[in-house]
Amino acid sequence: MTLAQAHHGFLSPTGVEIAFLLVGLVTFGAALVTVTTKQLVHAALWLVVALGGLAVEYLLLTAEFIAWVQVLIYVGSVVVLLLFGLMLTKAPIGHSPDADSGNRWAALTVAVAAAAALVWVVVDAFRATWIDLDGPAAGSTEVTGASLFQNWVLPFEALSVLLLAALVGAIVLSRRAKAESSSPPVNSRAATESSRSVTESSDNSGSPSSASDARKNPAEQEGTR
Amino acid sequence: MHLAYPAVLSALLFCTGLYGVLARRNAILILMSVELMLNAVNLNLVAFDVWLSRTAEETLHSGQALTLFTIAIAAAEIGIGLAIVLAVHRNRGTADIDRLRDTAEGHESPAADGPDSDTPATGTAAEKAEATA
Repeated sequence: MTLAQAHHGFLSPTGVEIAFLLVGLVTFGAALVTVTTKQLVHAALWLVVALGGLAVEYLLLTAEFIAWVQVLIYVGSVVVLLLFGLMLTKAPIGHSPDADSGNRWAALTVAVAAAAALVWVVVDAFRATWIDLDGPAAGSTEVTGASLFQNWVLPFEALSVLLLAALVGAIVLSRRAKAESSSPPVNSRAATESSRSVTESSDNSGSPSSASDARKNPAEQEGTR
Repeated sequence: MHLAYPAVLSALLFCTGLYGVLARRNAILILMSVELMLNAVNLNLVAFDVWLSRTAEETLHSGQALTLFTIAIAAAEIGIGLAIVLAVHRNRGTADIDRLRDTAEGHESPAADGPDSDTPATGTAAEKAEATA
């Protein structure tokens, strides 16, 4: 350990450490609420708090470019996508008691055991390690851009191809589902199905032959309601 | 800053996401938990990159570059994942992964869930439509 780190100590946390601890508590609490709440939309909204708290943590670690990328992509688009997914799959608004599956206690055991092991190992390994946050920022836009376009150009370009593939794949997945739902074999199969589905859908549409209407685009159903 | 702070927070967030993946039933909530796990990994990468960029002579900033790649791949993953979940929801009428048991081997007797597993599409879709109407 060098002389510059000699004045560090557990009992005298710096201001950055206190801020990191407080924001970390908020982030961890929001993450806990995200995975335990019974209301599905609230889970997405608490996820915003957790991801925003992580952006603040990146700022405290002087990685400001990552912080703003986090705000733009995660808080800006991923959560919106998740909310759209919740709406399109007609997630119940309000209290839904079956949000957790039956193996919750096994999951809790595994998670607590993994957390205990990881925290123990990490604390034991990095007990005497300090991050030097003084000086120029380690993750400013200039530094990140220089390293990204000097050393990481090929992965960067490959990533753009991957994003294009993901875009095309998402479009193909959603289009194929729509084409299948109006194809004749599925309709004939739906017409010969058990009477339970026909009677239930007759309450909805009035005629048993339109049982396949319930399989159309959920957005269209929302529109006709 | 002590390195244990971001490392411990990252471990706790990862295990929170692990619990969510194992315990949740809705597929979109599982995707949210996967996002939490990916973010925990990102925090680890950033913290170690900031630590090593101070101590090393010269650095590639590989942690931050990998964080950017992880964020982009997570965005792609969430797009594909939601497309799959929506396709499953259109075909089966549910996003409940505990009920997607077509490839399960012999956990339940086929007579017990015969009508459900054979005719999942319109029955559950109509049920769902009625429940939300």
